[in-house]
Amino acid sequence: MMTSAYVSMTAATVPAAVPPKTAQARARARRGLVQKLGFGALGLCMAANIVFLGAILFFIAAKGLGAINWEFLTQVPRDSMTAGGVAPAILGTFYLTLGAILFSLPLGVACAVYLTEYSPKGWIVNVLRISINNLAGVPSVVFGLFGLTVFVKYMGFGVSIIAGSLTLGILALPVIISASQEALTAVPQSIREASLALGATQWETIRRVVLPAALPGILTGVILSVGRVAGETAPILFTAAAFYVKGYPDSPFSEVMALPYHIYALMTEGTHPEEQTRIAYASSLLLLGLVLSVSMLAIYIRQRQRKTYHA
Amino acid sequence: MHDLNVDYERQMNAEGFHPSLVKGPVGINTNSLGESDTFGLEPKITARGVNFYYGSKRALNNINISFAQRRVTAIIGPSGCGKSTFIRLLNRMHELVPGARLEGEILLDGLDIVSPACDAAELRKRVGMVFQKPNPFPKTVFENIAYGLEVNGETDKRVIEEKVVDSLKKAALWGEIKDRLRDSALGLSGGQQQRLCIARCLAVSPEVLLFDEPCASLDPISTGKIEELILELKKDYTIIIVTHNMQQAARVSDRTAFFLMGDLIEEGRTDNIFKAPRDRRTEDYITGRFG
Repeated sequence: MMTSAYVSMTAATVPAAVPPKTAQARARARRGLVQKLGFGALGLCMAANIVFLGAILFFIAAKGLGAINWEFLTQVPRDSMTAGGVAPAILGTFYLTLGAILFSLPLGVACAVYLTEYSPKGWIVNVLRISINNLAGVPSVVFGLFGLTVFVKYMGFGVSIIAGSLTLGILALPVIISASQEALTAVPQSIREASLALGATQWETIRRVVLPAALPGILTGVILSVGRVAGETAPILFTAAAFYVKGYPDSPFSEVMALPYHIYALMTEGTHPEEQTRIAYASSLLLLGLVLSVSMLAIYIRQRQRKTYHA
Repeated sequence: MHDLNVDYERQMNAEGFHPSLVKGPVGINTNSLGESDTFGLEPKITARGVNFYYGSKRALNNINISFAQRRVTAIIGPSGCGKSTFIRLLNRMHELVPGARLEGEILLDGLDIVSPACDAAELRKRVGMVFQKPNPFPKTVFENIAYGLEVNGETDKRVIEEKVVDSLKKAALWGEIKDRLRDSALGLSGGQQQRLCIARCLAVSPEVLLFDEPCASLDPISTGKIEELILELKKDYTIIIVTHNMQQAARVSDRTAFFLMGDLIEEGRTDNIFKAPRDRRTEDYITGRFG
């Protein structure tokens, strides 16, 4: 009885059960394959990125590394820029970037604080937000023309460090504002409430609780802008940079040499392509290195901040 | 329940109040004016005719209640009944919600705290709040407590240090974390974080402590510690605690208020509310028939 029941049961269930099982197995195999293909494609994309990035670095390093030495880093150019160093351009880029960040960081953070913490929510803020994001997409040469009109001519700064810094600062503003806004929005409402519930004013809450908590995110924005600002050529083309300035810049109102423009100038206006191309590549490598080290520094500060304030 | 009563009687006597002043007939929990019996004491906080709206949605209907000095009042009721909404009015945290509107008056020591003449920051110094989820600042343990002192104008480093230690001791946290004052507060356990939040409140010397479901995210052991702490703190502070946990209400409170759909259904001595509720809905709720 038992056996026959068993047999009849299996006989009854197996034919019904087997076809869906194989269909299931096939489906599972197909999904496994799709997943493998998907991951494979993603991996390839990543590999392609690394190849491009590595190729750029390798190309620049191969052509420029030979020219980099102590003299290159510390001397002024000599012999129609075929020898000597690029120290004035390094210093110029440093001044321009520093000026731009000093200008755009407080302004951008203040704007972000106003937009996220104070302004009444509504369509005006949304329009502002969209405009700011659009500003980030404006071609940099347009910023250059704006700087020429406003800072160089109208405000009378002339072609100078200060005009270039302000122009670059405006270029960096949207990045800093968006990053700061995001960082501020990510600060949990609960710690704002905790601060207010202790009798802190809204301003004290923002200055002492919200801003410190948002600082790592804001620093991310600064890192991104430093990279962009230090490498921009078009905005300083009409506002700050000169092909050659004798010696070092001595006032905010002097014209400067700057690394990106130096590279551009050597490659387009150079009269001794043989030697100058080498110097241009070395300058590129140097610029990359500088931006990278600034980023590293900011990342280090950010990590330390995180360690102090987050578990 | 019995122990609680004995405790309570003893304490009342110790404080020099004659039991007859505080023992109303069982089952009558509010006086003829519809206001709460406050043990014959001046009420610390009185809410009169409070209506509250989120936009056009009415969240509280004509709430009349008093809170006695240095007693624990538990506010119970199902989710969405308005109990959290109500205690957030008591230190004006409701003002953070756009479209919030309040009618009626809330008196703290006889002064209307919802009038525009009353400064919200000053009020919140006197009426501290502990929230549902521990919300320490992303700062060190020490800074978390020093913060309240600093924003309230304390600049003397020695005073700040003393008060930090003192608050941590009061919050029964000192022994556990005295070596971790310079560590991030976010590294503490949930229960420690919540006691840190209590210590942070105590540091600014409030008179009233509002607890908004303080144990909602804690394990039973941490919950036990917080409850012990509340019983300890009621010697010095007027405490109002919102809780979903009826046992907790019974364990820690002297009086209990039951809210349902924005109405205050019943308010009275905790033992009366739990043993002999007057309203059918209260009884249904505490016996677990709904909610």
